[in-house]
Amino acid sequence: MSDQLVGATGERVFTATIEKDQRIEPRDWMPDAYRKTMIRQIAQHAHSEIIGMQPEGAWITRAPSLRRKAILLAKVQDEAGHGLYLYSAAETLGADRGDLTRRLIEGRQKYSSIFNYPTLTFADVGVIGWLVDGAAICNQVPLCRSSYGPYARAMIRICKEESFHQRQGYELLMTMMRGTEGQREMVQDAVNRWWWPSLMMFGPPDTESPNTAQSMAWKIKRHTNDELRQRFVDMSVPQAEALGVTLPDPDLRWNGVREHYDFGEIDWSELKRVISGDGPMNAERIAHRRRADEEGAWVRDAAAAHAAKKRRDGGAVDAPEDVRGPAAETMAEKRHGGVAHSAGGERHGGAVFSAGEEREGA
Amino acid sequence: MSGEIKHEWPLFEVFVRAKRGLNHVHVGSLRAADHEMALHHARDLYTRRNEGVSIWVVRSDDVVASGPDEKDAFFAPSGDKVYRHPTYYAIPDSVPHI
Ligand SMILES: [Fe+2]
Ligand SMILES: [Fe+2]
Repeated sequence: MSDQLVGATGERVFTATIEKDQRIEPRDWMPDAYRKTMIRQIAQHAHSEIIGMQPEGAWITRAPSLRRKAILLAKVQDEAGHGLYLYSAAETLGADRGDLTRRLIEGRQKYSSIFNYPTLTFADVGVIGWLVDGAAICNQVPLCRSSYGPYARAMIRICKEESFHQRQGYELLMTMMRGTEGQREMVQDAVNRWWWPSLMMFGPPDTESPNTAQSMAWKIKRHTNDELRQRFVDMSVPQAEALGVTLPDPDLRWNGVREHYDFGEIDWSELKRVISGDGPMNAERIAHRRRADEEGAWVRDAAAAHAAKKRRDGGAVDAPEDVRGPAAETMAEKRHGGVAHSAGGERHGGAVFSAGEEREGA
Repeated sequence: MSGEIKHEWPLFEVFVRAKRGLNHVHVGSLRAADHEMALHHARDLYTRRNEGVSIWVVRSDDVVASGPDEKDAFFAPSGDKVYRHPTYYAIPDSVPHI
């Protein structure tokens, strides 16, 4: 039976698992290239969620009402959560999240090109929810069936939350469209600026996407870039009509033969430019992330020092019985009574609650 | 003293009980300086929408797992004991409620 341990068998088991549409789990044997590709894919996705907090985060203090502020806070907090679920998945492959953050800050790993555009008005917040989160949903729903288990599970969690993101954005835009002429112009202007970059979120055309075949074989990609892009266009056109805005593409029209919308040529040189670091906001996004990392360093150090001191003093909070056996829950809840209670209290109080309430009603 | 400061907080595995009557289920991991902070972070990260009524956090280092390579040696013995399953026993259809 020990011959089962050798690599050739590992590869056979790996391939058979994928062919049976089952999931690869962290401790399974996997080809180095698969591990590397997964780490890169998950890290890039995690970075996108974290950098993606900035364009909308910029509007939290300027949201036009308490309701919109609460919603935006909850949405941006979700994006932070998405980033953390994904770093958690990357760590199951042997990556280290501190190292991944360094790679992001040093420009050695990428994030989605879309977050390198500025948010000029509050209508941008609505358009990001509608189009950018909408495109993200198109990309992410098939990834819930990724062959890598921890990634697929993170995607399921993320997709559940994305629906609130898209709906709050669309509702925001509907509200503005019912407003003044000036508000309607703001919405149209934001649509004009975000439509094409949203289409670029699906990546280069299939003809220039050399890794697609391998990724499809490994089932870490389920549809090609162009398939997903088409799906997004087909979904968005009727939504734009219902909203009363015009998508900025004179070639956009229904093709009865293909049973899809035809659309104009994407400016691929723009995508290349933005990906290679030369978009309108690349430098600022990274500088901001670097600043947050540096300015938070003392907090992380202080917390680590405090934890070390408590361990030395035999502090109660770290006592091992907290996590042992059937009594663990009661112990933990008794000991951390404060924690457990404030957790419940915060969830049901104030800002976060109103956002949650609306989501449930939606 | 400062030599003890570790920049990377340790990894914790998080388990959430979705509601009363259910087991805690593993939901993911997070980094925290200690168990108390891990509980706080787990609440913020994994229960933003009433996903749970109770949380366990466990240092990842403390988890001992069976390896996928031990699969046969570890789990095979249960495979050939078909008599542990109710379907192993032939009972006439005419006998009710069994
Ligand atoms: Fe997200
Ligand atoms: Fe989102």
